Amino acid sequence: MGAMTAELVAYDDVLADFDPALGLEVHVELGTATKMFCGCPTGFGAEPNTQVCPTCLGLPGSMPAVNRVAVESAIRIGLALNCQIAEWCRFARKNYFYPDMPKNFQTSQYDEPICFEGFMDVTLTDGEVVRVEIERAHMEEDTGKSTHVGTSGRIHGADYSLVDYNRAGIPLIEIVTKPIRGAGARAPEVARAYVAQLRELIVALGVSEARMDRGNLRADVNLSLAPRGTDALGTRTETKNVNSYRSVERAVRYEMQRHAAVLAAGGSITQETRHWHEDTGITTSGRAKSDAEDYRYFPEPDLVPVAPPAEWVDELRGTLPENPTAKRSRLAEEWGFSEPEMRDVVNAGALLLVEETVAAGASPQAARKWWGSELVRRANDAGVELADLDVTPAQVAEVQALVDAGTINDKLARQVFDGLLAGEGTPAEVVERRGLAVVSDDGALGAAVDSAIAANPDVAQKIRDGKVQAAGALIGAVMKEMRGQADAARVRELVLERLT
Amino acid sequence: MAQISADEVRHLADLARIDLSDAELEHLAPQLSVILDSVASISEVASDDVPPTSHPLPLTNVFREDVVTPSLTPEEALSGAPDAQEQRFAVPRILGDEQ
Repeated sequence: MGAMTAELVAYDDVLADFDPALGLEVHVELGTATKMFCGCPTGFGAEPNTQVCPTCLGLPGSMPAVNRVAVESAIRIGLALNCQIAEWCRFARKNYFYPDMPKNFQTSQYDEPICFEGFMDVTLTDGEVVRVEIERAHMEEDTGKSTHVGTSGRIHGADYSLVDYNRAGIPLIEIVTKPIRGAGARAPEVARAYVAQLRELIVALGVSEARMDRGNLRADVNLSLAPRGTDALGTRTETKNVNSYRSVERAVRYEMQRHAAVLAAGGSITQETRHWHEDTGITTSGRAKSDAEDYRYFPEPDLVPVAPPAEWVDELRGTLPENPTAKRSRLAEEWGFSEPEMRDVVNAGALLLVEETVAAGASPQAARKWWGSELVRRANDAGVELADLDVTPAQVAEVQALVDAGTINDKLARQVFDGLLAGEGTPAEVVERRGLAVVSDDGALGAAVDSAIAANPDVAQKIRDGKVQAAGALIGAVMKEMRGQADAARVRELVLERLT
Repeated sequence: MAQISADEVRHLADLARIDLSDAELEHLAPQLSVILDSVASISEVASDDVPPTSHPLPLTNVFREDVVTPSLTPEEALSGAPDAQEQRFAVPRILGDEQ
C-alpha cells in the first residue's frame, strides 16, 4: 500500500512548540485453561480451528458462560493497579462486521468496566517515578486470526482471507490509561517504561505468560500534541498493535514528530487508527475513526451481571504479589546488588528472570551475569524481548551448575546457549551432543601441553628460568589447540609440573 | 413523536449491512418512527428512579469453572462454512480494515 514517508519535525523542535499527551491501551491475553465464555482450550500453536465450539463460533442457539478464573484475574489485575472494583457490572456487545469475530459482535464491557480509577507508579531508567493514572480495565474476548491471501500479502489487495478461530474467545483484559500529560521529552520513555512495568506486574500476578512475541500482550499507543503551555488536548491518533517495548518508544516519538510536521504546515490531525511498521519505524494511516466507531453497544442479554462480593475481592487482594518497588529494594539487598547493578537488571527486563534463576539454584551474581549481558545481547540480536527468548531460568541455572561443577567454562557456556536457542534439548544434552565438556583428562591435556612446549621453546625456557607468569602463553596455546575446551587450571598445573 | 429520517435509516442499514433502495428507506422511516414512539410510551410509566432492565432474572455471578470441555473437530467446525481452505474459513476479500 502507498506508505508515504511523512515529513518529520526534529524532536527538539517538537518540544519547543508542543506538549505531548499520551495514552496507552494494553490488551492482556489471560493464561486461563479455557476461553472467556466457553470450555475450549487456549493453547498456543494448535492446528487451525481445533479449539472451537458452537459458542466461540457464534453458531445459532449457543450460549456463553463466564470463566470464573478470568473474572478473578481481572479483579487481581485491577487491585494490583490500585483500581476500584465495580460492585456490579455487565458485559456488552460491541457490534461490528469483520470476519475475525464470527458472532459479528465482540463480547466486551462498555460503560461498566469491572475495574476503574487506578494508578501505577512507573520508574524510569534514571530512577525518576511517574504516576500513570489508570482509567479502567475491562473484560473482553480475543478475535480470530486472519491470513490474507492475494498478490500483495497485505490486507489491501487481498483476494480473500482465511480465518482460524482458535484465538477467538480467549479472555482479554484491556487496560486503559488516562491521558498522560507533562511528560514532555520523556513521553516515549514513559510509554516504554509503563508497558514494561505493566508486563512485569502481569507476570508476577501469574495471570498471563505476557509474551509480546506471541501477542499475549499488545499495546495501542494514543498520542496528541497541544500547543505548549495550553490546557487543551489536541486531536489524537491511535497506533495499533505495537508489540515490543522498543517499538512503543519509537512509535510515540515518530507520531510526535509527524503530528508536529502536520500542524506546523498549517494542517490538522485526522483522528484515525494507524499501523506501526516495525521494519521502517513509521506509522501509516489505517481507518478513520469517525465512521467506523458506531459500535451500537448494548448490554449482553445472554450473560447476567457480575457483582463481586466484598469478601471475594478481599480474598483476591490477599493473593496479590509484593509491590514492585518494595520488591526491588528487598531483592537488591538479598542479592547484594549495587544500585546500578539492580537498575541494569530492571532496565534489561531481567528482574523476574534473575529471581527465578536464583530460585532454581544459581547464585545471584551468576544469574545477573547471564541474563544481564550474554542473553540480553542475544535477545537484541534476535529482535525479541529478553523474556521471550527461548531460554528458561531453570536452564540458565543448570548451565551455571555445569560451570560450577567444572564440566564447562564460561566460554563453553555461551556455546551451550547457542544450542539451547537452537532447540537442541537440555543444557546437559547440548553439552553431550556438541561435545562441549571441558577436557581435564591428563592424557589428552598432557599431549597438548607437550606439543605447546615443543612449539614454544623460548617461552618454555623462560619458565624454566623461574618466570612462572610466562606460563600464560603456553596455557593459551593449549586452549587454542583444545578449542577452548581444556580445564585451564589443570593445564597450568601440567605446564608447571613439566618445566619447574 | 419521534421522527426518523431516511438518512438515519440509511445509516442504520449500512451498519447492519442491509442493502435498501431509496423507496424502501422512505417506506421504513415512518414505520420505525411509529415503533420508537410505541416503545417510548414505556418511559411514561418508568420514572427516573427505575433503572432500565437488561436481564429479567434477578441473578448475578453465574460462572463456569475453568475446565476444558471437548471442542468440535475441524471437520465439524467447517461443515457449515460456504468455503474453506487449509482447515480455515475462507471469507471474501475484506474491504474494510483490521480491528
